[in-house]
Amino acid sequence: MPKAAMNQPKQTLPKAPSGIAGLDEITGGGLPRGRPTLVCGAAGCGKTLLAMEFLVRGATEFDEPGVFVAFEETAADLTQNVRSLGFDLDALVRRKKLVLDHVRIERNEIEEVGDYDLEGLFIRLGHAIDSIGAKRVAIDTLEVLFGGLTDHNILRAELRRLFRWLKDKGVTAVITGERGEGTLTRHGLEEYVSDCVIVLDHRVTDQLSTRRVRIVKYRGTTHGTNEYPFLIDETGISVLPITSLGLEHGAPDERISMGIAGLDEMLGGAGVYRGSSVLLSGTAGTGKTSLAAHFVDAACRRGERCLYLSFEESPQQLMRNMRSIGLKLMPWVKKDLLRFHSTRPSAYGLEMHLAMVHRMVKEFQPRVVVIDPITSFLNAGGSVETEGMLMRLIDYLKAQDITAVFTSLTRGGEALEGSQVAVSSLIDTWLLVRDIEVGGERIRGLYVLKSRGMAHSNQIREFLLTDRGVNLREVSGLAGVVRR
Amino acid sequence: MTSTKRAPPPKQAAPRAPDAGTWELRLYVAGRTPKSVAALENLRGLCEQYLPGRYKLEVIDLIVHPHLAKGDEIVAIPTLIRKLPGPLRRIIGDLSNVERTLLGLQVRTVTS
Repeated sequence: MPKAAMNQPKQTLPKAPSGIAGLDEITGGGLPRGRPTLVCGAAGCGKTLLAMEFLVRGATEFDEPGVFVAFEETAADLTQNVRSLGFDLDALVRRKKLVLDHVRIERNEIEEVGDYDLEGLFIRLGHAIDSIGAKRVAIDTLEVLFGGLTDHNILRAELRRLFRWLKDKGVTAVITGERGEGTLTRHGLEEYVSDCVIVLDHRVTDQLSTRRVRIVKYRGTTHGTNEYPFLIDETGISVLPITSLGLEHGAPDERISMGIAGLDEMLGGAGVYRGSSVLLSGTAGTGKTSLAAHFVDAACRRGERCLYLSFEESPQQLMRNMRSIGLKLMPWVKKDLLRFHSTRPSAYGLEMHLAMVHRMVKEFQPRVVVIDPITSFLNAGGSVETEGMLMRLIDYLKAQDITAVFTSLTRGGEALEGSQVAVSSLIDTWLLVRDIEVGGERIRGLYVLKSRGMAHSNQIREFLLTDRGVNLREVSGLAGVVRR
Repeated sequence: MTSTKRAPPPKQAAPRAPDAGTWELRLYVAGRTPKSVAALENLRGLCEQYLPGRYKLEVIDLIVHPHLAKGDEIVAIPTLIRKLPGPLRRIIGDLSNVERTLLGLQVRTVTS
């Protein structure tokens, strides 16, 4: 064997990118090209939409025309249903990028006498494929045939033939199936599709509905095995994360200022690394938001775009409060360097929040993102889920080289260091603000709990909120306090 | 609305006796497969016996005319469609069982 061939990476299956946000990441590049993929789930879980988006994206983004065979909905209904997602099926049909074929099966109209096959369906599908040179096919929902025809033996044999036929045709196909009791699909379609099986799920926990997607099987390729939340919104389906699952983000050497001279000094004299994540934790009213605002102000001064997600205060209230300590954020908003986004944490489910963050980041392309406070997310979802989601969010921001600042509210009495176990491993720089007693006096003290990759101060500095911003002052006689 | 009241017979058919109309049948096949050949033979025999002289049979080979499959919602092959008399009926299979084919076409109810 020639040496060059030996060194080549193992050839993986060719894949057809779905174009659906996030789905291609968890499938490692898309659906198996030229093979059928089974998408199953209960009614209303988004199967039809996934199949349709796969075709629409294929036609519009990858120049792969598609055929949609609908057993349940008419072409007019389908067109109507996806119009709200910005998919103009009529235009695609006109441009010969899409064929919509509604197959009507009316049980009470059909009499079965003797032997038959489904050649009619094959011819119809074949004709549709050939008429536009389709590369993709979606069949939604094949199992309707089981309701329309009584001879299930013929049906099963024909379905087996259909899947083989689709493969021979070389089209990348999505076949949807209704979830059954104890089986992936009601009529066991998974038996015929051996390459890729995707399960969609829609459940409601604590009155919050979440949709999830899971790759059950993907032969000959690695894939994410977790359940990933996904959303259906005005742009179609988006699966979270929209990020890689590895730890491969770059590590820029550039350092950026936190906006407070004394604080930069504590962080090796140069501030934090670009693309790192910073956690500011402290009890209520210790000035976390003020610290974050300084950071934002400094970034805007450098001409960098900032996204500020506030879950407790409205932008107006926040800007007013910052004005009182001499920070004027309004000019940055006017220059569109700073964007605020305020919502109540309970307004949406966790997925929705994170999806919005993803979308805003994608659209605004900020260099700095502030989430104030990150603890709000803990109120919006169960803690195990929250951890996973936060991890993905932080990962995502890192991958984009976005410097992220999270504030975190610690309740009085809680061990500060212990309270953020969930996210602490993802945090590069962790600052703590706490009340301490010095010589019979109560002061705010700020210290650096950790800061990866830099020499940082072990000092506690007094944290002063003045009308000219935050001021950090060295405190004398603190030795006894630090050593507990 | 009363359930006992019968719907009036279609205006068009009223002046003629029910068995005087011409039967319009359409058989969809795909090439000369055994099933298609059997269906055509069975159908011809049946028509000659029960509808002599008053049927019109059109055979459509979808291999030759694939675009015609959509119009009549063809999925299975062979499919026999009774266009007239209405309402539309469809029978799928090789029509090997004469009794059930007659029942499906509702030839019996018309002739008796």
